[in-house]
Amino acid sequence: MAFTPEEYNKMSQKASPNSKSYKNIPMAFLIGGLVCALGQGLMILYQNAGLEKDTASTAVSVSLVFLSVLLTGLNVYDNIAKVAGAGTLVPITGFANAMASPALEFKSEGFILGLGAKMFIIAGPVIVYGISASILYGLIIYLFRLY
Amino acid sequence: MEIFIPLLKAFLVGGALCAIGQVFIDYTSLTPARILVCYVVLGVILGGIGIYPMIIDFAGAGATVPLTGFGSLLAKGVKEAVAKDGLLGVLTGGFTASAAGIGAAVFFSLLGALIFKPKDKS
Repeated sequence: MAFTPEEYNKMSQKASPNSKSYKNIPMAFLIGGLVCALGQGLMILYQNAGLEKDTASTAVSVSLVFLSVLLTGLNVYDNIAKVAGAGTLVPITGFANAMASPALEFKSEGFILGLGAKMFIIAGPVIVYGISASILYGLIIYLFRLY
Repeated sequence: MEIFIPLLKAFLVGGALCAIGQVFIDYTSLTPARILVCYVVLGVILGGIGIYPMIIDFAGAGATVPLTGFGSLLAKGVKEAVAKDGLLGVLTGGFTASAAGIGAAVFFSLLGALIFKPKDKS
């Protein structure tokens, strides 16, 4: 029997197990939502403690980053991430995990090119394109006096 | 009740942003690293044109905690820096605004890597 590539694709799609989107997406929603609700709880706590809104927001980020690195070190975060998917990736805790996890894993390759360099394997691109986008935006508002 | 509503809003909006990310993981070939980059750049754009700040007003941490909030923070920082320092602010604003988060992530990750042992590969 001979198949065209399209036919083969259709068959393999039929035969391969359904990606578990029906489960993945609600889990991402639930756990990502909980991370954000935790952030909001901290936000209210810090504002009640007298911090201004912007300062409180920064303090929330720093707290969540700390918590994420701690849980990554204890090997808890990666286990949650297995079921949460984007729920633990998209919040800032995912960014911190993307730094802490390779830093820890590649420590064995040395402190400079292992830990130090691999820490930025995912965070690096995020910073490169994030900062560059912000600079482009800054140029636009500077040139057109939109600030 | 006064506390419950903001928590619920943060949960719903933050959860929705994560669910969208999961849709991209499941239905496209975007890797997690690409999704993070897209979220941050999207945050800069939405923050720049003033849409994201409205979402933050509504959802609080539900909008600031996802990485789009990080992008929006970059745009906000640049805008403030340009208003204050002119052309130089174009370069300083993003890093100034994100300094605390990135500084914390770098230092805590270094400490974490020094203190903890990598998990077994088995």
